[in-house]
Amino acid sequence: MKDLVENILDIAKLKKVTYADIRIVRRQSEEIEVKNGKVEVLTHDDDFGFGIRILCQGAWGFACSSKVTKGEMGAVFAKALKIAKASSRIKGKEIIFPSASPIVDRYKTPISVDPFDVAPEIKLGLLLKADEILRRNKKVKISEAFMGSYKTEKTFASTEGSYIEQEIIECGAGISATAIEESEIQVRSYPNSFRGNFATRGYEWIEKLALQDRAEKIAEEAVQLLSAKPCPSKITTLILDSSQLALQIHESIGHPIELDRILGTEASYAGTSFLKPEMVGHFKYGSELINIVADATCPGGLGTFGFDDEGIKAQRVPIVSQGTLINLLTSRETAHHLKKESNGTMRADGWSRIPLIRMTNINLEPGAWTLKQMIADTEEGLFLTTNRSWSIDDKRINFQFGTEVGWEIQNGKLGEMVKNPTYTGITPKFWNSCDAIGNRDHWQLWGTPNCGKGEPGQVAHVGHGTAPARFRNVQVGVMKEQ
Amino acid sequence: MIERESAVDLLKKVVQSSSADQTEAILLTEDSSLTRFAGSAVHQHVAEKNLTVILRAVLEKKIAVVTTNILRPSSLRKSLQKAISLAKVQHPNDEFVSLPEPEFLPETKTFSENISRLTPNNKMGMIKKLLRRVKEKGCRGSGAFSNGEVEMAVVNSLGVEAYQRFSDLFLHLIVEDEKSSGYASFVARDPDQLDVDSLAQEAIQKTSKEEPIQVEPGEYEVILEPYAVSELLSFLGYLGFHALAVQEGRSFFSNRFGEKIVDEKVTIYDDGLDPEGLQIPFDFEGIAKKRVTFFDRGVAKEVTYDSFTAGREGKKSTGHGLIPPNTEGPIPINLFMERGESSLEEMVKSVRRGVYITRFHYTNVVEPMKAVITGMTRDGTFLIDEGEIKEPIKNLRFTESVLKALSRVTGVSKNRRICSEGTVYSRRFVTGTVVPAVKIDGFNFSGVSAL
Repeated sequence: MKDLVENILDIAKLKKVTYADIRIVRRQSEEIEVKNGKVEVLTHDDDFGFGIRILCQGAWGFACSSKVTKGEMGAVFAKALKIAKASSRIKGKEIIFPSASPIVDRYKTPISVDPFDVAPEIKLGLLLKADEILRRNKKVKISEAFMGSYKTEKTFASTEGSYIEQEIIECGAGISATAIEESEIQVRSYPNSFRGNFATRGYEWIEKLALQDRAEKIAEEAVQLLSAKPCPSKITTLILDSSQLALQIHESIGHPIELDRILGTEASYAGTSFLKPEMVGHFKYGSELINIVADATCPGGLGTFGFDDEGIKAQRVPIVSQGTLINLLTSRETAHHLKKESNGTMRADGWSRIPLIRMTNINLEPGAWTLKQMIADTEEGLFLTTNRSWSIDDKRINFQFGTEVGWEIQNGKLGEMVKNPTYTGITPKFWNSCDAIGNRDHWQLWGTPNCGKGEPGQVAHVGHGTAPARFRNVQVGVMKEQ
Repeated sequence: MIERESAVDLLKKVVQSSSADQTEAILLTEDSSLTRFAGSAVHQHVAEKNLTVILRAVLEKKIAVVTTNILRPSSLRKSLQKAISLAKVQHPNDEFVSLPEPEFLPETKTFSENISRLTPNNKMGMIKKLLRRVKEKGCRGSGAFSNGEVEMAVVNSLGVEAYQRFSDLFLHLIVEDEKSSGYASFVARDPDQLDVDSLAQEAIQKTSKEEPIQVEPGEYEVILEPYAVSELLSFLGYLGFHALAVQEGRSFFSNRFGEKIVDEKVTIYDDGLDPEGLQIPFDFEGIAKKRVTFFDRGVAKEVTYDSFTAGREGKKSTGHGLIPPNTEGPIPINLFMERGESSLEEMVKSVRRGVYITRFHYTNVVEPMKAVITGMTRDGTFLIDEGEIKEPIKNLRFTESVLKALSRVTGVSKNRRICSEGTVYSRRFVTGTVVPAVKIDGFNFSGVSAL
């Protein structure tokens, strides 16, 4: 493989391109899905290919192929070069792409048990058992259990002399119970909605989730929701559990701080950001309790890796400090807008996509409260848990979320369950209303394996560490009775 | 491109060498390019070539799927063995009847040789022309222009043999000035149908020099352009128009067939063979596409099936199987809404005070059984006052049942257009929805943008 790579980089140097890199990526995925006692999905996916990125005549070109041969690499290089030269006809501002010191290194996710070494029978058994427990409750009409394992082996090499090999292993699992009665449909999931919780860990992570132990309770909650009262419509105090807060961070902090989005390159797709580079250093993003870090190094985080796809080492970077925005997610090409160097967030969805600025693990640092204290300190409000829906505008400022379940808080105690809870707000106003964050004991990493960005579409695996937190004066119950 | 004979031969060899009771092999090839521009400059231009084989092995009623893009004969043999070994440890699915039997497939032209004209240089020329029009009006343009050639072949051990070659291109454009933005998009199989001047003009005319005003959230009469209507239909397709959702009791159609659910001006159907859409003659199981009518003048009528959901009910597939393993159900991908009799201008004139909406942004499901969704308006939202489009308004958040909205339709335009998001996250397979503009008497807005 090294010979193939060196050959292409030699050609790049001969053609006198400003910069070139090549990534060869093999990704294996295994997914298992059980529904109502039947294994509906048992699949293995093997995806292999390479992509070549070239900076030439002040413009980028990228081409890729699934045929990993010397001849095809030459043809793909020629195509990428042709594309870069054509693109130079409609250039914007001059691309500033600072050089980076060459790195020759290897990185491998530290794991105890490779999920691909565990027999499928064992995995099926685990999921079928959890599914069976869910269906013991007769009002559960759809029971589901999911498991996914992913192994990505990638080689990055550049004309600057970098040669980096990485093996990233990820896995996760989850269960959900759907209760249906007439036109009412309610879902409860564990440990999180949309297939569970994922981490850069081995099969030991799946075992630790203990799906079977939680199946009975979530089935019961799904059924209780059928007869729960609707979420009230009012402005109130809101306590979010850590999994919902993870998505709140994702949509209203993680995406807005991507510097490529801020500079407009996502304008025609999911939109830009309300932030501007000049707001760094003084914009009050949230209350003084809010400390956000982008940490690509935290053990187990789904956004944890060794090096990004531009050959920059993984970093831990403070983004919001005591409520003030102090940094953004950057790349080699964009960091100069902040007069800084890249903080290593460029990642591509496999061999067939170019790297974009992606979240790593965007974590909210823990506070001082226990959840019990937080609820006891709240006279009136709602406690919401587990995401059900999300939507945010094209500047990442007006958001609306729905969760699977909520509980009223009255005089410092959890009260009745409410169904179809929703809340809405304006990003900086919401984060500035935060007056309590859970402590280290409540802090947990959540993996988001479905973060979409870019055209052609790219899905990134990112993480969020959070503890429950409290927000004041939030509009809840946005839905009129339909 | 590997062409019909090689594609089918490759798959037949795999299927014939299989020891499984039934075997299905799908080949998808892609040769595509996508160019993105923002702030009137190209910032990304990529090209991709990929070939993928999807193998479904069936041992009695035990099924496993293996996907690979390593097509060396030894790798394909290994993948087939992997599928069979996974099927062996699988648990039987008693509801599985069989992979489909072969049937007649209509000849449909889905490829235009003109697609080869979209070289990197030619595309740059077209984008340059587009951006010149935008700049002449003092605006900036951002968007994406993509073209591709795709092959799809399906072979199974019961004799199914299907092959189709597709070309496609899509271009979407957002034009911005200091105060507002406008949108236009295009999709087709033949690049000769693309007129960049008129596309630029369509987006430019949505921009405004006026500062957007804020209107209070609440219920308004609305005019939805086809882009917005298309989004609503896509959610109905995903949530309820297919057999799996009905069988699981999670469709808004469950126990309601024959009932009038939406206004009689609303007829919605799926037709993979209608040339007004992006034709797809057969599904990913190699079965011919049948026309399926979901709402016939407001009445819930029928849903789509693949071989699995059809087998459960002793019916025949309607040709809506998606790439296996598919747990979402046979979601329709060639949606149409019947045209009406009004012109867009007449519909606007009939609004006393309302909101004109070009498109929606970041929509998501809030309550699936009632088809309640939320999202924002974007790129061309205006106040309508006494039958005239007036000043732009700040984007609004809606939270509304699509079914309730369609039960309040008071006007449907006679002109329709094909709308497409292009290709989203998975393999390239561009689809389109053909819809008119509609007028709705009462659409619920739950919030307003802060900007």
